[in-house]
Amino acid sequence: MANIFDSISDRILVLDGAMGTMLQQYGFEEADFRGQRFVDWPVSLKGNNDLLSITQPEALRKVHEAYLKSGADIIETNTFSSTRIAMADYQMEELAYEINLAAARVAREAADNISKTTPDKPRFVAGSMGPTNKTASLSPDVEDPGFRAVSFDELRASYKEQAEGLLDGGADILMVETIFDTLNAKAALFAIEEVKEERGIDIPIMVSGTITDASGRTLSGQTAEAFLISVSHIPVLSVGFNCALGAKQLQPYLEVLARRTDSAISAHPNAGLPNAFGEYDETPEQMAAQIKVFLEKGLINIIGGCCGTTPEHIKAIADVAAQFQPRPITQTV
Amino acid sequence: MSTSVADIQTQDSGRYLKLSGLEPLVVRPDSNFINVGERTNVAGSRKFLRLIKEQKFTEALEVARHQVEGGAQIIDVNMDDGLIDGKKAMVRFLNLLMAEPDISRVPIMIDSSKWEIIEAGLQVVQGKCVVNSISLKEGEEEFIRQAKSIRRYGAAVIVMAFDEVGQADSLERRVEIAKRSYDILVNRVKFPPEDIIFDLNIFPVATGMDEHKNNAVDFIEGTRWVRTNLPHCNVSGGVSNVSFSFRGNDTVREAMHSAFLYHAIQAGMNIGIVNPAMLEVYDDIPADLLEHVEDVILNRREDATERLLDFAESVQGSRIKEKVSEAWREEGLQARITRALVKGIDKYIVADVEEARQAVAQPIEVIEGHLMTGMNVVGDLFGSGKMFLPQVVKSARVMKKAVAHLTPFIEESKAGNASGSAGKILLATVKGDVHDIGKNIVSVVLACNNYEIVDLGVMVPPEKILAAAIEEQVDMVGLSGLITPSLDEMVFLAKEMQRQEFDIPILIGGATTSKAHTAVKIDPEYLSTVVHVNDASRAVTVVGELMKDDKSAGYKAGLKSDYEKFREKFLARAVKKEYLSYKNAVANKLQLAWSDNEIKKPKELGVKVLADLDIEKVIPYIDWSPFFRSWDLHGRYPKILEDDIVGKQAQELFSDAQAMLKKISGKKWLQLKAIFGLFEANRTGDDIEVKTEEGKAIFRTLRQQGKKKEGVPNLALADFIAPKASGIQDYMGCFCVSAGFGADEKAAEFNEALDDYNSILIKALADRLAEASAEYLHKEVRTDHWGYAGNENLDNVDLIKEAYTGIRPAPGYPACPDHLEKQTIWEVLDVEKKIGVKLTESLAMWPAASVSGYYFAHPESKYFGLGKIKEDQLKDYASRKGIPLEEARKWLGPNLEHSS
Repeated sequence: MANIFDSISDRILVLDGAMGTMLQQYGFEEADFRGQRFVDWPVSLKGNNDLLSITQPEALRKVHEAYLKSGADIIETNTFSSTRIAMADYQMEELAYEINLAAARVAREAADNISKTTPDKPRFVAGSMGPTNKTASLSPDVEDPGFRAVSFDELRASYKEQAEGLLDGGADILMVETIFDTLNAKAALFAIEEVKEERGIDIPIMVSGTITDASGRTLSGQTAEAFLISVSHIPVLSVGFNCALGAKQLQPYLEVLARRTDSAISAHPNAGLPNAFGEYDETPEQMAAQIKVFLEKGLINIIGGCCGTTPEHIKAIADVAAQFQPRPITQTV
Repeated sequence: MSTSVADIQTQDSGRYLKLSGLEPLVVRPDSNFINVGERTNVAGSRKFLRLIKEQKFTEALEVARHQVEGGAQIIDVNMDDGLIDGKKAMVRFLNLLMAEPDISRVPIMIDSSKWEIIEAGLQVVQGKCVVNSISLKEGEEEFIRQAKSIRRYGAAVIVMAFDEVGQADSLERRVEIAKRSYDILVNRVKFPPEDIIFDLNIFPVATGMDEHKNNAVDFIEGTRWVRTNLPHCNVSGGVSNVSFSFRGNDTVREAMHSAFLYHAIQAGMNIGIVNPAMLEVYDDIPADLLEHVEDVILNRREDATERLLDFAESVQGSRIKEKVSEAWREEGLQARITRALVKGIDKYIVADVEEARQAVAQPIEVIEGHLMTGMNVVGDLFGSGKMFLPQVVKSARVMKKAVAHLTPFIEESKAGNASGSAGKILLATVKGDVHDIGKNIVSVVLACNNYEIVDLGVMVPPEKILAAAIEEQVDMVGLSGLITPSLDEMVFLAKEMQRQEFDIPILIGGATTSKAHTAVKIDPEYLSTVVHVNDASRAVTVVGELMKDDKSAGYKAGLKSDYEKFREKFLARAVKKEYLSYKNAVANKLQLAWSDNEIKKPKELGVKVLADLDIEKVIPYIDWSPFFRSWDLHGRYPKILEDDIVGKQAQELFSDAQAMLKKISGKKWLQLKAIFGLFEANRTGDDIEVKTEEGKAIFRTLRQQGKKKEGVPNLALADFIAPKASGIQDYMGCFCVSAGFGADEKAAEFNEALDDYNSILIKALADRLAEASAEYLHKEVRTDHWGYAGNENLDNVDLIKEAYTGIRPAPGYPACPDHLEKQTIWEVLDVEKKIGVKLTESLAMWPAASVSGYYFAHPESKYFGLGKIKEDQLKDYASRKGIPLEEARKWLGPNLEHSS
């Protein structure tokens, strides 16, 4: 299999765009989410996008293919919420491993099919590990700031199960992403280290935090640099930021990373800032123009899109990325 | 990769110890010594132990906060005590601490001799911590297991110079254990060497035992060896141990700590657990003491310990202390009090005032003597422009603290003699008006000048003002207001005071008040003195003149005649102005050529609520110039920050404002709400009819009646909307935003804490945020919801200059001074129900930090001033609106031209 470390020193790698936005276009209803297998599931499943990896794999494959054809080098599995903790909303804790496995398999197949047609441009699958819906260092209870809805050990176990499913399904990379609370991410990294040790393998890891707003901090209050320091104890393929901000707003924080790390740097911003109705409306051209600014500054090794981005956005980004050299990196795992 | 276009080089990825709380801490070779706070340690602080035992975690957090405020760059947390469930206490305390951003900004040192407590701590902290500590005491296997785990949790580690044999107590043993530990960690565990901190055991010297004589030297030399031979790692230690033999003699202990650190730091010690309060400045240690101390630390003489013991007796008690930066504390009592007032330092004021109190016969003498002397200096400096309002308000905070300390004593002494105040002044914001920033500033400034203030607050009805004036026997009454209806309230009050035969002076202030209005409308109603005070700094002079027993009569007569002359001139000039009849004004309206293609239909019609605007999005739209103006600092932002005279003050104020904005945003002190609606609209005459969901509503506009030059139209806002007769569908909007929810409560909290400065600051910022929200919302409407300016690309300077297309005039302001129209906006948008902003009886908005207005999109629409209108328009307006003429007159009074 092709080596991501060869590719990343060779060129700027393109990550795919939003999954949710694309799946929404199918207009799936409750019955479509359930499929045959979950016809009698006791709770509503509409909105459980990650379950579509099992019940609507064809739709998922088409989304992956669309991104691969737009020029994505790395596609993300449809597993943002596929942890035991997040699946509790649908009473699907016990299905966590299987959902990850299924999602990684679909992505693997799609990536391999395209890789065959473009041998000089091997495609990779990144197993997406989202933040879960609970925070380990913030209290959900205003009355008791010392309360925690989830423990480090619960997160660690949940992420470990997810990582195992993703790797078994064929993921090349594990991506701990959209990090609101650095402690959750540290639990994920801890779990991945355990898997590495148990299996005696190395796993390229992408770490991607989220700066929630113009304060320049994560939801859990860390500055970009403090975040970087807090996740630098594990050797990683890349560190970066995604979501919450558009490309333009993300730039200062990418510059902080560029000055403070030797790792590769990734960015997958949203298609601009949401308008008053929560919609992202930056066009592919606008977004690519913003991203070009990073590339000119040599800030980036991996670039893609988050909320509101489509294959058209990725195409525009890939076209721009092809014109530039990646940021030089000195550290490899 | 061969070629690179990188123009940002990795500047700071070197192998330094990097830690993090909410913020980073990078220990570079050129970093200053890193100071670890030690008071959150149950083994080191009896108070902290007690608080944890009693489960008083909130107070325990204060200990941590105090450490961070005092300069600790890392805080050590230790819960090892036989009577405490250490694991539970560690987790609970750290979880609570994480919720305090001003504490959790620094990294945590998790300190325990029990591994399970350390691990529990590591599991609840998001930042990169330091583990204190591990060692080879239990053998290599355990050491490796712990180190691997620490690495996986992403923490740095303190390694004690301790092995299976015991604690290192000589240079050789320190070197041996450090080397062995390092090799295991770096080569076998692959622990990053920069994340290793050696604690090489600081042991006491001058114990009287020969084997302890070289303890400090061995530590220092061990440190030197480690830093030279074990790349990238760090050295730390608990400093207070070294002086253990001199417990009870802080002068000697502090000197010992400083001398020890001085040499250890030179040898490479870069981190330490130090109590900053127990540290002398090395250069400030008297030469003889230093010599004796260094003899002991560096083991330079056989008899060093005896000599220091002898010398110690001589310095016992005679504290040679005082930090250089605190040299002013050496000065006499009065000088200290004056300085505290001038500089706004409240740290020592209670102690100083207490000292003063004990030196005088009656506590009141401290206020009349020490404090007034200080405040007179403040007053002089303020008067001569050497101090500025924000500083004066800070001085007032110190003064309040001092007085608060004295008050119980004064009441106890029951001397009964009056406060000795320079005069008693009633202040109030008049009925229907909620604005009090200016009034509060005046209140503080006058209080600083020893006036007793009776502050009745906002929306005070006239009868209450008059009753309080009588009951409190005040020397004058100050009335404040910001909205135009307040002007009439003031006139009414003046009439009432005349009717009830008051003869005390009336002070008039507030943004809409003017010398003209005071002279023309208020002064003639009151036989005694009325004076317009245009800014807070003038208040002191004016009040001072009015209070002068002997000379005030002349001053008052001067004011009366001045206002009379002003009035005559004003009226003479006013009469010359020519007016058109309403009919002719309408005939001279602005005639726009209406065509469909100039009108853009809004993307969405109807009403929209934005219940919780993101404050961070709004902040960039703040126009700072008016903010400075509210503090009497005049100039344009950002130039004002560089201003020769007020620049420094402006910068300080600005940075205080920024800090508070962070809190407002981070701690959600204020809630920003907005509502707007976009509607189909057409004009009929000077009315604009809009189609709402419920049916229709009509906005009445007023038309300029002043005679214009040839070709210049007489404007009304209706001119910017297509007439119904044209058959063209046009649109308009209206809105209300508020940043005031939470402001009063927060201001009250500050007041409670005797902190007027921050109380005023938060209100001033809420006002700015309301305006900024209006700006932000208008932009969103232009570029998005209405969408007629989709391509607009303006920065904040352009926005302040109003360079955008379309306008958002606000009822009560020059283009549409009619406050009654707010009621229509309230009906159309259902403002009160939807976002909670209310209208007072005078049609002021509550909360005060709110803005409402209309949206007009036509490219020709522009802001204008209505000027005066005539009786004929008033009548027409009243009949159109269907209200009695007298009611219309009441609301439009200030805009009515009386050319009798």
